[in-house]
Amino acid sequence: MQGAAGTRAGAPPLDEGARRVGEVILAVEGVSLSFGGVKALTNVSFDVREHEVRAIIGPNGAGKSSMLNVINGVYHPQEGKIRYLGREFRDMDSHEVAQSGIARTFQSLALFKGMTVLDNIMAGRNLKMRTNLLLQALRIGPALREELEHREAVERIIDFLEIQAYRKVPVGRLPYGLQKRVDLARALAMEPRMLLLDEPMAGMNMEEKQDMCRFILDVNDQFGTTIVLIEHDMGVVMDISDRVVVLDYGKKIGDGTPDEVRANKAVIDAYLGVSH
Amino acid sequence: MPESLAGLDTFPKLLMHHARVRPQRPAIREKDLGIWQTWTWSRFADEVRAMACGLAEHGFKRGDHLALVGDNRPRIYAAMCAAQCLGGIPVPLYQDAVAAEMAYPIQNASITHAIAEDQEQVDKLLEILPQCPSLERIYYDDPRGLRHYAQPQLMSCDALRELGRETFRRDPAYLETEIAKGSSEDTAAMFFTSGTTGVPKGVVLTHASLIDRARAAAEMEDLGDADVVLAYLPPAWIGQNIFSYAQPFVTGYCICCPESSETVMSDMREIGPTYYFAPPRVLEALLTQVSIRMEDASALKRALYRYFMEVARRTGGALLDGRPVGLADRLLYRLGDMLVYGPLRNVLGMSRVRVAYTAGEAIGPDLFRFYRSIGINLKQLYGSTETSVFVCVQPNGQVKADTVGPAVKGVELSFTPERELLIRSPGLFKEYYKNPVATAEAKDAQGWFHTGDAGYFDADGHVKIIDRVKDVGKLADGSIFAPKYLENKLKFFPYVKEAVAFGHGRDRVCAFINMDMEAVGNWAEKRNLPYAGYVDLASRDEVYELVRECIEKVNADLAAEPELAASQIHRYLILHKQLEADDGELTRTAKVRRRHVGEKYAALVDALYGGAQTVHVEAQVRYEDGRTGSISADLKIRDAKTFTPAAAKKAA
Repeated sequence: MQGAAGTRAGAPPLDEGARRVGEVILAVEGVSLSFGGVKALTNVSFDVREHEVRAIIGPNGAGKSSMLNVINGVYHPQEGKIRYLGREFRDMDSHEVAQSGIARTFQSLALFKGMTVLDNIMAGRNLKMRTNLLLQALRIGPALREELEHREAVERIIDFLEIQAYRKVPVGRLPYGLQKRVDLARALAMEPRMLLLDEPMAGMNMEEKQDMCRFILDVNDQFGTTIVLIEHDMGVVMDISDRVVVLDYGKKIGDGTPDEVRANKAVIDAYLGVSH
Repeated sequence: MPESLAGLDTFPKLLMHHARVRPQRPAIREKDLGIWQTWTWSRFADEVRAMACGLAEHGFKRGDHLALVGDNRPRIYAAMCAAQCLGGIPVPLYQDAVAAEMAYPIQNASITHAIAEDQEQVDKLLEILPQCPSLERIYYDDPRGLRHYAQPQLMSCDALRELGRETFRRDPAYLETEIAKGSSEDTAAMFFTSGTTGVPKGVVLTHASLIDRARAAAEMEDLGDADVVLAYLPPAWIGQNIFSYAQPFVTGYCICCPESSETVMSDMREIGPTYYFAPPRVLEALLTQVSIRMEDASALKRALYRYFMEVARRTGGALLDGRPVGLADRLLYRLGDMLVYGPLRNVLGMSRVRVAYTAGEAIGPDLFRFYRSIGINLKQLYGSTETSVFVCVQPNGQVKADTVGPAVKGVELSFTPERELLIRSPGLFKEYYKNPVATAEAKDAQGWFHTGDAGYFDADGHVKIIDRVKDVGKLADGSIFAPKYLENKLKFFPYVKEAVAFGHGRDRVCAFINMDMEAVGNWAEKRNLPYAGYVDLASRDEVYELVRECIEKVNADLAAEPELAASQIHRYLILHKQLEADDGELTRTAKVRRRHVGEKYAALVDALYGGAQTVHVEAQVRYEDGRTGSISADLKIRDAKTFTPAAAKKAA
């Protein structure tokens, strides 16, 4: 920490690896998911390339969150498979997913409301901690050194997302827009290779949305993190995504660059409705 | 000050002196990644050497100007000194100015090199690059977001420092010689004054003038290297620059840069500055926060607070001034200090404050007394960019709410017959850059600086500023009329939002009052006074009574001042609508456009002087969505009691 004197935000090690869009790292192939008789997803296929911002959009009930939960290992699809970093799997549990470098945020925030912003983000570092619980509790030897390292990483994220002023405020006391930012910070604390964002802009006003967009693009640019985000606000998504998948009633109805998707007849119909 | 600073006549020489005498003392701190990081004086000198050599390598030479665009950061101040080492002139610019506003200073001073704090500032400089062909190099402190910028002008401060280190290693003597070449009469810095009156003017200040004023005030307040300052106002403002550059260089004290503008409050509590400056609006915002939090406190705490603040009001100021206070009050105050004032100072981050200044605009007496009563040595000062700040400062023990104090050592003051304050001081500016006409207007052949402020000496020899000279008028009997002074006095009452005083060329003073809807609304609610809306409330007799009390208090105050006793307010009315910038009644900075209001409501002014009891008014209003509508109302006009000067003196 002392050695960091004078250096400011965004310095290594988090700073590595912002290259432009690379190879496919995640491929979803023919995934179908149903809950009893309800078909949530039907034969959905798409891929995600390294370092890209990939959006999944669709009207309410289109299966967006289900899709994310499948990638995340919360739901296990009945059919189809998912390839991540060349590894093929059908039912990976969420802990393994996290360890393989996928982090996510939640539509309904998953934060510890009574804990401070700092502690919440520290909790996101949990997977990276190597010393055992006893050493951590006593804060001795290697555990102390490790805590210092983690604290520094967390401070970089706090600096990055500009939440210095709220470092020691319990999360429950923050306005919603800021809580969303803390949720993103917690996910970033894992230093993920791929970040899944579930409606990161839901319930925000225009200014908060713009801030969030800027942070998402910054994360993508600065850390090279691949980003998969769900959103039903089309306008916002189109501006920040490299490619967009459109779902409707559990089926893929469009896939391509924002311009292609915007011109897609099926997408327009799904969003604006058609007269029958 | 025990240490001799003889021969140290420029800022770079002072820096090297501190690096020798107190190498391990903290010079500048910055909170980074949640931890306060310290630059010692020796580190500060190293950074400055490296930056200076780097700049020299990039063609920055004697007489060149270096733009500094950013918030308070160690690097910004290091760059400032680096430019001075080479005989160059730093030009700090307001970091929140829009790009277009930065173009003028850069063109005016043909600035070649610039230091920008971060991406935001770099973007602005790049935007105006086509209009500013002189700008060759832009160095940035914080690299975040700048990775993909390929402009050839851009370079990081880190790279500049490395380049400079290399150069310094090859030829350390070069910089020594350059620093030694500097003389006290060289230009040390240039500050652009805000262009409220036409285009901005570059105020050229020499090392001699800045160092002289910084030292005079530091000696007066006995500042030393144990003092600590929080640098939270824009570095482009001369005041912040004096407190966070000139004075630390003279005394060796430490300045601290907050983490961000939102964290100033908590950073201030962590640092505990001993020397503090805040304009009245900041002090007011702090007091409001305290008041709001007290409202939410438990009944016991509220009662304690109320009781002990009353004790403080009675005795706090007197104790601070060293006036005699009875033993019982002294003990009570001691108890209050333990229970209320101490914790309060701690919350405000002012536990260690020895000297606090406020300036810039008139401060309300209640606000001023609040801080003094809880044991914070808040004082007023007077100065401007052209005078290197320190012209008047209130000495300890002679503090008043309505003056700015006597002249600081070395300053001569006088007043013209029009009551304009003239200043002759070693701290005066050399000139306005490339503007001999403006220079000649402001500084006459005898070396007097014409401030444009009107005022007079009070009975104790303190300067009292009442208004701008151009706004000061005369009543029909020839006594002076300073509308701003009256309006400020009225506005210190919470119920008065705005006031407009008339009197120039008239036999007596009359005023429009704009009530503060929130404060008067609350007051009405507490008294179960029903009202239908703004117009209705403003026309209530009860509200007129409330305002009358305020005016009569002002009149009593005025009667005690022989110079202004004739300006007591005889008649007043309460306006039926708020004065709005959208309606052209206020400027965008919320100052009353007195002349415009007078013309727009000429009928009301005539009624005030005509002796009518009511007047009908119809006015156009523009709503926020651009539509217009009209309001009509019958306004009452009431008389206020005035006091004869002699009687008021006896009462006081």
